[in-house]
Amino acid sequence: MTERAIGMTGTVAQTSVGSRRLRTAFTALGMLPVLLLLAAAFQLINPRFLTGTNFLIVTQQSSINIVLAAGMTFVILTGGIDLSVGSILAASAMTAVLVSLIPEWGMLGVLAAVLVGLGFGFINGLFVAYVRLPPFIVTLGSLTAVRGVARLLGNDTTVFNPDLPFADIGNGSFFGIPWLVIIALTVVILSWLVLKCTVLGTWIYAVGGNVEAARLTGIKVPLVLIFVYCVSGLLAGLGGAMSAARLYAANGLQLGQSYELDAIAAVILGGTSFVGGIGSIWGTLIGGLIIAVLSNGLILAGVSDIWQYIIKGLVIVIAVALDRYRLQGGART
Amino acid sequence: MNATAQIAVRRRPVLEMRHISKTFGPIRALQDVSLDAHAGELHALMGENGAGKSTLMKVLSGAYRPDPGGEILIDGTPLATGNPITSRTQGISVIYQELSLAPNLTVAQNIFLGNEPRRFGVVDRDRRDRRAQEIIERLGVSFSARDLVSSLSLGERQLVEIARALSTSARIIVIDEPTTSLTSRETDRLFEVIATLKLQGIAIIYISHRMEEVYRLADRASVLRDSGYVGTLDRTDLNASRLVSMMVGRELSAFYKKDHRPPDAARAVALSVRGMSDGNLLKDCSFDLHKGEVLALAGLVGSGRTELARLISGADRRIAGTLQLDGKPITIGSPREALDAGIAYLTEDRKELGLFLDMRVSDNINMGVLARDARPGGFRDFAAGERRAANAITNLSIRTASTRVNAGSLSGGNQQKVLLARLLETEPRVIILDEPTRGVDVGAKSEIYRLIDSLANRGVAILMISSELPEVVGIADRVLVMRDGAIAGEVTASAGEPLSQEAIMELATGAPQR
Repeated sequence: MTERAIGMTGTVAQTSVGSRRLRTAFTALGMLPVLLLLAAAFQLINPRFLTGTNFLIVTQQSSINIVLAAGMTFVILTGGIDLSVGSILAASAMTAVLVSLIPEWGMLGVLAAVLVGLGFGFINGLFVAYVRLPPFIVTLGSLTAVRGVARLLGNDTTVFNPDLPFADIGNGSFFGIPWLVIIALTVVILSWLVLKCTVLGTWIYAVGGNVEAARLTGIKVPLVLIFVYCVSGLLAGLGGAMSAARLYAANGLQLGQSYELDAIAAVILGGTSFVGGIGSIWGTLIGGLIIAVLSNGLILAGVSDIWQYIIKGLVIVIAVALDRYRLQGGART
Repeated sequence: MNATAQIAVRRRPVLEMRHISKTFGPIRALQDVSLDAHAGELHALMGENGAGKSTLMKVLSGAYRPDPGGEILIDGTPLATGNPITSRTQGISVIYQELSLAPNLTVAQNIFLGNEPRRFGVVDRDRRDRRAQEIIERLGVSFSARDLVSSLSLGERQLVEIARALSTSARIIVIDEPTTSLTSRETDRLFEVIATLKLQGIAIIYISHRMEEVYRLADRASVLRDSGYVGTLDRTDLNASRLVSMMVGRELSAFYKKDHRPPDAARAVALSVRGMSDGNLLKDCSFDLHKGEVLALAGLVGSGRTELARLISGADRRIAGTLQLDGKPITIGSPREALDAGIAYLTEDRKELGLFLDMRVSDNINMGVLARDARPGGFRDFAAGERRAANAITNLSIRTASTRVNAGSLSGGNQQKVLLARLLETEPRVIILDEPTRGVDVGAKSEIYRLIDSLANRGVAILMISSELPEVVGIADRVLVMRDGAIAGEVTASAGEPLSQEAIMELATGAPQR
């Protein structure tokens, strides 16, 4: 009896579930059409755009931003924001290079960078979760303070290590794929696993969707918040190691300046709601690629640096506006 | 019959909606509904949640465009549908359940929001405040046009919404369930205002679930069911059981249970509350809740019922008081600890404090016990969750297309059942229900009552907060009444006698005892 009832509702529901799946897929794809359109346009302007080498260059250039944006996705999904990732990246990169200078133990630079990032993320998380300050204010504070720490680490100079033991990360490749790209993709896949396949991931969406309901349901909201800021800090630390590995050097003042803005832009382009609770890591990946394709394509098209800024800004706003418009149309049906 | 025919001849209805249908993709939200309203008439619109009332009103307000074939006439002239601005300029004004005021602005600013009187392109503040004052004086209210909306009570805010409608010289005002969050005094005030509006020749479409309001106010009542039009009753034919059977197609008598479990001192105490205070409103609240008992917590809005429930369930911090569960003292500092101890709380505000509207029904049901589905590495056992959700959907007969649709897309009654399902999954021994049937349609209501009864029969202790006296008297075995943050007294049923609504009201209002 009940079995049959379920079966019947099942078949009735199937068509609507099918179309819903399609729509979810479209929502997940979101900005993919924009990415493809941009790529096609740049290919028309400059046939060198869609070549294997250039593809590797674009993905390599976007890798650090995608790693930062993955962490940012966790934070924005809870309705927060992390403005400090650029500064954390700088401090971690400094740490990575400094530790790499220790004889015999140089490889530990990567671990040190990641741990430093994790530490700063943890502090951000503590202030957001337990002192209950708005995330914007907490991370605005650490944006400034950690930048200072980064400069302090090298006595405000650039630190070099021409024999960086982990330089392969930044410049080597594995079966033709740059390590930077492999790392970025791994981070995206791990993030997807955490967000979509674990209990903790569901809690993250729940906290972003309705924080009071999450608390009343027995979810330990402070722990979830601390976790997301730790992830963001840790990935910023990883980004610092990647950055150091690429440059064989780090500079506390210049490195990572305004990286947080590119990371936020990637997340938002990816369709993640600024209020929290809605979004996906795949969207962030596409968002990060759009930004990289734009920069690379505009350079290949011979557009001046100044105009690159203007065009990038406009594309971000227009793309998100189009997305909102499309989703609103969808919400009505 | 004759009289209505004469009215129709004498006056053309100010509003006629004819053959309105609305489909969203494969879903039919409205099918061939016709509705009219005369000047100075209050036309009640009734129906379960999901019957199509809101969709019909959104078509009227221009938020939705009806399917071809439907038309709206204002004074006999067709209205261009699907345009909110045209609808407003034609004198249609809709006041939604969720008020849309800006609390940080003044009453006058809100009334003329987006429609400010200007002089030389600048807002003419004096004229705005003066005109706002005129309008709210017409409503006979006690606040001023310069007051901040945040300083007003919910009822007063409702009146500001009405004033806003009047400022655009609305001739047709739709009011969607205005009294769900009002105190009885505010409700009376609102009804007086509605009476003046009628005298001024404004047609009112009044959406409500409450029978007594419809009795008191309506000149006619129309019922929608399953997206279609069922029928219209004239004032002289209004009859509760007929309206209910029109709405649900079943009789009223099965609504409340008949037998109360008599108070039994021998029954074990499940939860013992002593000296609860929150340092603000609540003062020294103590009571015992027995196993298998439905104890109602009655009282006026603001008497501290929800606050007490939130203290017990760990949602808020208490400054004094102790709890004993099954005779053992327990300390509860957070909702998590309460749930672990076996105390579950159903919030009164399911949208703001209960549901995850953008998440799946299955996630919503599983959210409280998600940790149980954790497999090594923290991975979630989705199959177990889906099975649990499917079971809950069958057990509570939640009407949803699948476990995967978002909770926000369900009707109010089904959303409430989803919340109840989540709470039951934690296998509580004590359940605190805060207005469990608020904004829930008649069908779901009776299902929730049956659920409460069967839980009590299985030995679960139930504390139910309710503002509806018939519900309190119909469901509870025993009633505690709160007044001004303290427990004012207890009402029990004596042999053969039902619980006395009068006794509850006397305790709640502080009227002298007989």
